[in-house]
Formats: sequence, C-alpha cells, structure tokens
Amino acid sequence: MVSLLDIIGPVMVGPSSSHTAGACRLGLLARCLVGGTPQSARIELHGSFARTGEGHGTDKAIAGGLMGFRPDDERLRVALDIMDREGLDFIFEKTTLGEDNDVHPNTVRITVTRDDRTAVMQGSSLGAGRVLVTQIDGYPVEVTGNLNTIVLVAEDVKGSVARIATLLADAALNIATLRLSRKQRGGDAFMVIELDEQPGEGVRDTIRALPWVRWAFRLDKVGAA
Amino acid sequence: MYKSLADAIRDAESRGVSLATVALEAEAADGGRTIADIRDALTRALHIMRGAITQGENPALRPESGLVGGDAAKMISGPPGPLAGTLFRDVLMRALAVQEVNACMGVIVAAPTAGGAGVLPAVLTGIALAKNISDEKVVDALATAGLIGAVVAERASLSGAEGGCQAETGAAAGMAAGAAVEMLGGTPTQAGHATALAQQGTLGLVCDPLGGLVELPCVFRNATGAAIALAAIEMAMAGVTFAIPVDEVIDVMGEIGKSMDVRYRETAGGGLAATPTGRRLAKERLVQIKRAGG
Repeated sequence: MVSLLDIIGPVMVGPSSSHTAGACRLGLLARCLVGGTPQSARIELHGSFARTGEGHGTDKAIAGGLMGFRPDDERLRVALDIMDREGLDFIFEKTTLGEDNDVHPNTVRITVTRDDRTAVMQGSSLGAGRVLVTQIDGYPVEVTGNLNTIVLVAEDVKGSVARIATLLADAALNIATLRLSRKQRGGDAFMVIELDEQPGEGVRDTIRALPWVRWAFRLDKVGAA
Repeated sequence: MYKSLADAIRDAESRGVSLATVALEAEAADGGRTIADIRDALTRALHIMRGAITQGENPALRPESGLVGGDAAKMISGPPGPLAGTLFRDVLMRALAVQEVNACMGVIVAAPTAGGAGVLPAVLTGIALAKNISDEKVVDALATAGLIGAVVAERASLSGAEGGCQAETGAAAGMAAGAAVEMLGGTPTQAGHATALAQQGTLGLVCDPLGGLVELPCVFRNATGAAIALAAIEMAMAGVTFAIPVDEVIDVMGEIGKSMDVRYRETAGGGLAATPTGRRLAKERLVQIKRAGG
C-alpha cells in the first residue's frame, strides 16, 4: 500500500530518491541485521545501481546507511571519507544478481559483519525512496522498513505463533501485521512480524534463544518520517 | 489509499468535498496517523521545499561535477524574455533552484522523487505567491498531489529506472497540475483533467541523464515539466477537458515505461547521455568527482 507521505517525501539529501535515499534505507536495514555498524561489508550492486551508482552517490548513501545515517543527514555527502576515518572496510562491487525481468534494476546484496555476527541481505529500491528487502540469508522475505519488523525461521512446532505473540506482548510490543508461511507441513515456518513499537535487541535475543527458532532478525523502521 | 483517481473524484464530488479531504481521510484510515499529524508532516515538507528554493537562488551554488548550476540565479537577474516579471518565469526559476540544490546533495523533498523534485514546489509555491494563497491551502494541495502520485505509483511507476522520465518529471507535472487546479478553486473533475493534460504531454519521455548523474538534463527537465504543468492548469481552469480518462492515461504511461528500452531508463545508455558530447562530458565529470575524493 502506498502512503501519501511516501509520495510527498522523504525529506532527503539529493540527488536521487531511488539511488540515494532508497540506497541509504537499504544500508540502514542491513545494519540492523548485525545490531549496529558493521566493521566490514561487501556491497554488490546490480543493474542501474551498478551502472550509474557512483554518479548518484549510491555508494556514499549505502555506506552512510550502514553507519546509521538517515536519508536526510547531510553527512551522506562525505560518508566515504567518514568510513575511511573510522577504519571501516566496506567493499563495493558491480555484479549481476539475475535476469533483468527477475531482479529489480535497483538491487543490492549486502554482506555485513560485526564482531562474530554476519548476515546477507538482498533488497531493491522501488522508487520514491521506497525499498523492499527480498532475501535474508537466502530466505525469501518481504520487508519494507515502513514498520519495525522481526523476521524469524522456526521449526514447524505447535503453538509457535502463540508463544511468539505472548513474548512480544510481555515486552509491551503491539503486532501490526503477522505473516506466516512454510514450504511444507513440518518444514521450516517463516514469520514476518511488523510491530508498532521498536523492539530492543533483548527481544531478538530471547526469540533466538528458543530451541525451535533457527534464526531471527530485527529490522528497524526506516520510514520517511 | 485510492488506486483510481476516478474513484477519488467520485467520492469527493458526491460529498461535495475536495480531493485533499478524501486523500487525507484515506491516509488516516490506512493507519497510524491522525489528519492533524499528516498535515504537520506536509507543512514541514512545504518549509523544506521553500528552503531549497531559497538555497538554489544562490548564483555560486555548484555540484561537485560542475555540470549544472547558477541557472536559477540567471532567471532572477538575467536579461528579460517575453515572460519577464510573470508567474511563468518565476516558476521556471523555482524548479531550477530545487533541482540545483538536489544535484549538490542538498536537502530536498522527494515529491514524488528526487529527480522530479523541482516541479511540485515550483508550481505550488509560485502560484501561491502570485495569487496570495494561504499556506493551509498549499498544504491541502500537497495532499492532493500525494493522492495523485499514490495512484500513479499503484497503476504505473514513479521510477525513472522502471518507466523513464515520464514516471518522474511527467508524474510530477500531473501531480502539480491537479493539485494546483484544486488550490485555485477548480473542481475535482477539473483537477483530473489537469493531471491527464499534463501527463499526456510527457508520455514517452525518456530518462537519459549524462553519466547517470541527476543533473543534465534533469535540472532543465524539471523546469520544462513545470511549464507543462502550467499549460495543463491554464487549460483545465478554462474548462478544457481531455477525452481519455486520467486513470487510462496513467495506465498507458506505465505500459510505455515497461516497453521502453533499458537504454532509456536511467542507465545512461541512450538519449542525451549517449550523444557524443554527452559521453565526453560524463567522462570528464566522473573523473573530476573521483579526483575530488567524493
């Protein structure tokens, strides 16, 4: 669903809503997967991101997003200098992530590492600053960054949804949407939970510690306002 | 949010309210925010739009590439043309100013996108100044523009990489035209015709920036996009109608975008970007950006 404020917005540093603001938001989402600024990152740019990214500041925007700068932060202009000064090891590569009809033209795959945590995220910038995360660690997902989101993969055990819902309620978190999918009965169940409030890392840790949860990630809202 | 402008126009006219009203109600119903909150966010957007115009009036403003800059200032202090001293010239100045600030990685409101960010503020704030229209009404117009843009996003695209420049400055011209007509007292139906008239004038417009930089022709295409919006506004206010319904014009814009060769969709592979001079300038400027350590 398109929001009016996505159209009249975001307020952002130029020059391109898809190549700069959207790219920054994808960087912000990737950063969440390791709970903070990654020490190293491999950033694989596809399609128009690869062909015209430098001129649009896509590299600066993704690096800035990975460091926690938001799309309206004027530091994005000098994000690569800040990255160097901070001693961060972000590598940019041009690649092809699939056929033109299968992969959105503005797509990036970001591998982030912070201390002992590593994650791989693929996402696209859809225009007007809107983004869609399409893969996390190889699992297909749909995360927009418009709300705080928890994604998790669990064994298909009875009562898993109730258990997660209780856990979130105990943390005073209200569920906005919940999508559950699985490939087959008894196979891995996949949950994407959008929340009205921002969960802390503690919530992710608690979910991750459940014996039947394979992995869980928290992605913060990176909306325009 | 609405997926059809015809639906929004019907709802507004059956209740005797504006498109801005049904847009704000639909946005509030979608969740999370009150109408007052949404209006606050739009008011902030209006202030940032005006701030960008003021910054862009500075003749010394130049992006790292040096490809564009200083042209908004020429519209203020350069020699007169046949439209000197008119709203038309002022709107062109405003569109150039916002887009020059954007090229400098300055702060703008992407409405609908950064590449097309000059059209809407230029048309709305230019008309508001000339016709002494209150900020409250300009904020309503931003809501109407947001509704139109949301319908375009749903039915077609707002991304140059997907749909060419018709999806960025073209969509912006359609949004500005419809919103301004309502701001000037036109009916929702007239606003719909204004959007159709502006969008039809940009069908097929390719996205062909030199070196992929949102500078050339983007800065100028925002000015010409604003001019098309003004043309559509003047016609719609006079009672001119467009025979193809606005939703169908938007649909066909999306279809044209899908069938557009990838060279014409923000890849710098075709159009002005692929001209001999376009290629040479892009090469020189990209080298310059790298040397500057950017």
